[in-house]
Order: sequence, then structure tokens, then C-alpha cells
Amino acid sequence: MIRLLLLLPFIGLMIVPFYNIREPHLFGFPFFYWYQLAWVPLTSLLTYIVYRSVRRAD
Amino acid sequence: MLTNVDSAAFAVFLALFILVTGMGFVAARWRKPETLAHLDEWGLGGRKFGTWITWFLVGGDFYTAYTVIAVPALVYAVGAYGFFALPYTIIVYPFVFAVMPVLWKVAKERGYVTAGDVVRGAYGSRGLELAVAATGVLATMPYIALQLIGMEVAIKALGLSGEVPLVLAFLVLALYTYSSGLRAPALIAFVKDVMIYIVVIAAVAIVPSKLGGYGAIFTAADAAFSAKGSGGILLSPAQIVPYASLALGSALAAFMYPHTLTGIFASSGGNTIRKNAMLLPAYTLLLGLLALLGYMGHAAGLKLASNNDVVPELFKTLFPSWFAGFAFAAIAIGALVPAAVMSIGAANLFTRNFWKVWVDPKVTPAGEAKVAKITSMLVKVGALLAILLMPTQFALDLQLLGGLWILQTLPALVFGLYLNWFSSTALLIGWAVGLAGGSWLAWSDGLKPLHGIDFGAGKVAIYTGLLALVLNIVVAVAVNLLLKALPQARLSREAA
Repeated sequence: MIRLLLLLPFIGLMIVPFYNIREPHLFGFPFFYWYQLAWVPLTSLLTYIVYRSVRRAD
Repeated sequence: MLTNVDSAAFAVFLALFILVTGMGFVAARWRKPETLAHLDEWGLGGRKFGTWITWFLVGGDFYTAYTVIAVPALVYAVGAYGFFALPYTIIVYPFVFAVMPVLWKVAKERGYVTAGDVVRGAYGSRGLELAVAATGVLATMPYIALQLIGMEVAIKALGLSGEVPLVLAFLVLALYTYSSGLRAPALIAFVKDVMIYIVVIAAVAIVPSKLGGYGAIFTAADAAFSAKGSGGILLSPAQIVPYASLALGSALAAFMYPHTLTGIFASSGGNTIRKNAMLLPAYTLLLGLLALLGYMGHAAGLKLASNNDVVPELFKTLFPSWFAGFAFAAIAIGALVPAAVMSIGAANLFTRNFWKVWVDPKVTPAGEAKVAKITSMLVKVGALLAILLMPTQFALDLQLLGGLWILQTLPALVFGLYLNWFSSTALLIGWAVGLAGGSWLAWSDGLKPLHGIDFGAGKVAIYTGLLALVLNIVVAVAVNLLLKALPQARLSREAA
């Protein structure tokens, strides 16, 4: 079931109207930009969590 | 040929290029195999690349030189819409994590080198094997040509004119790929990637301070799009579905290409791939920041003859000339790695799934390596001629179609890893309908990647490749159901 975490990036990035906005800004970046950039480390983290469980299963 | 050349920039460029060329030839002796006269060695580097080498190699050939030029150019031209490359190169990794270790395992156990091999193994169909292999080669050719365009932009930015430098650079590339195989781009990828990281980090750290910070950059870009009356730093409502569907379709297509699959097959195991799915997003972060160079172009008030000049002009305007030379070398060398891996991937396909099957079934492993080496040479010469003799737009249009085509091999390549339900006939017909239907749609839309569909509440534009994939799968399922029903119908008639 932990593998389902891999679906979160798809959901988070396919709901484009949700993040197609300016506010709130972060370090001068409109929301549209920092939200998507934030998914990069987040996806790595989720993948890491799944990886740990898969590795044990091997 | 040597007009307007800055000597510092040129010296840095040339020194780095010579270093990399030397590495290309030395690579034949790196992690030395018993023999290079075997496709597992020449074409897959011995399937022993660990986590770090795979990270550099796949990063180096997935995030190509053309990306470095074209993504900021698109963002410069249209704004937020050009950022679809970011969600695309994020969601691709969960897909890689889930699917590619399974594919690697099958390939390793049975000695497969290409997607065509995997499909033949799963379905025993020569027709489907040929379809997958031919699609791979056709989709890759314009992709190699695109790398040449990236290299051309970098060479031109250096002040060199004429086609001689491009031809020379490519000749060198062809020779060391011939002699060292996949080891050459794997070794060069270290240098290339480190250089690109330095260039992009320098740009995103230093340029904003010269232009008044990121807030000012976004404001300047916003103002430029308002003045122009098109584009914007947010998506228009009509761009939302195109944005999402391009990201999803591109992500599904990315690892169907021979060059990315070669990187996967060459790795040392499933966990190597899983770890890479976790670590490769570092390049995506880089790409996202790189894309912002498009907005920095607006903030710096650049006047450009072509959108593709935004990155080179930015470096020329804001950095000392030696560093501009370093940046251009990074882009040019950045083109060598993907071009080499692409030509190797295409050569592997031709050798394993065409030559061995249809021309010389008794070919020895050494013979296979020989055929692949010559093919990799021919593929590169073909791409070079295409760039020199045909309009650039031709390569761009073909690349667009190539993405659509390669996506149609997904059902044949991936479904068989999990299901034992589809017959090769159904998949082959699905592939043909998806390929022909998608190409026809793209053609009738004037070679644009989007097709408008009326869902009742006005037209919605969707990435054509994704539409073609849906068509492909629907047809494959329908044909398969029909094929399964037919013999039973005959049996029940006979019983009655």
C-alpha cells in the first residue's frame, strides 16, 4: 500500500487550476513556480520512503 | 571563420573540448572489459554501471543540450506554459521507479539489449518486434538532429561562423563513440554534468543580484508579456489542459526512447534504478531554475534575433567572456553525451531487431558489435546531413512527431511486464492505429502538438500524443476481446 505514495506527485501536479495563481509569493517567486519546484524534493522524499519498504521486501 | 571571436572565451571552449575528446577515446580502457567486440560491452558498457555512473549518464542524456537552449527560449517566448517541462520531469520518476526495475530484470535475465528484444521475448512476434524497433530508430533520428541545433547555437554564440566547426565536432564524436561505445558518453557525462551544474548555479545565483532579485525578474517578465499582448507568467484558462496533458504524455514517453532505455539497461540492478529515481530529480530542480533564464532575458532587456539566443546572449551580456566560453562549452559538450547515447541506442535496435532477424540470423556477438558500430556512425552522419541540408523546422517537426510515435510503443513494451492478456496481433493493430491516427491528427493541425476536442462545453486542447495513446489502447483492448471471442464462437457453433 505504501507504493500508493508514488501517485501523490501525479495528483499534486495534474491539478493545475489549484496552483495556477500568484499569491502567496515566496522569495519573490509566485505560487505557480515555488509550488511546482517544491514538488521536486517532495517527490524524492516520497520515493525514498517507498524505496525503504521495497528494499526490505527484496 | 574566425570573425568576432573572443579569444578568452574561445581558449576555454577549445581546451574543454579537447579534454573531453581525449576522455572519449580513453574511455575504451575505462573499467576495461575482456573484449569490446560484444554488444553487451560496446552497447551497454557491460551492464555494470552503479548508482553514480547511472545518475550522471541518464541525467546527461535525458536533460540534453537542446533542453538547455529550448526550455528557456520557450519560457522567454510564451511564459508559464513553457514550464510544463517541470511537472513532466517530476512525474516521470515515480513511473521510472515503478516500471523500469521490472524491465531491467527481464532484460538482464534473458540478455536483452533493446526494447525490441523485450517485446519479442514477451510475445514471440517478429512483427511487433520490428514495429517497436523501427519506431525507436525513427523517433531518435530527429532527436539527434536537435542536439546538433543546440551545439550550433553554442558555436555561433562563440563567434564562429560556417558549418566547419559543427562538422568537426561531430566527426570527433562519431569516432570515439565508434571505438569506445557507451563507455565514452558515460565518462564524458561526468564532465558535462558538472559543467552544466556550475553554469546554472552561477546563473541563478549571480544573475538575479544583477537584475534586482527574483521579484523584479518576475515583474519584468510580466510587464513584457503584457506589453506584447501574449503569454504571461500564469497560464491562461485555455492552456491548463494542454499544460497538464503535455506534462503527462511527455513523462510517459520519456523512458520509451532508446537512449533513456539504454541508460536503464546499462545499470547494475533494480536498486540502482530505484535510487536513481530518487536522485535524478536534482536535475529537474536545475531545469526549473534554468527555465527562469527565459524571464531573466526579459529583466535584462535583451533584444534577440531568435528566441533560442536567450541563454547565450544572457551569458555574453552578464558574465566575463571566459565564463561565457565555459558556458558555451558546457552546452556543446552537453550535446555530445545525448547524441552518442542516442546513436548507440538506435544502433542496438537496428542490429538486434533488424540485422540479426532479417539479414544475418547467425551473426556472432563480435559481428553484432561490428554492425552496431557502423550503424551508430551512419545514424550520426544522417542527422548531420539532415541539419546541414534541410530547414531547421523540419527537424523540430519530426521531433514532435517522434514523441508521439515513441509513446505508441508503451503498451507493447510495458503491458507485457504485468499482464499476460494481450496478444501480439492486438498490440500491433493498436500501435498502427495510434501511430497513423496520431500522425494524421498532428498533420491536419499543422504539426502542432495539441488537438482540440469538443466535450460539449467548448473545445479543449489536449496533447495529441496522449490522445493517440488512448486510441492505441482502446483499439488493442477491442481487438483482443474480439480475437478471444472468435474461437469460442466457432467452438460453440461446432457444438451446436
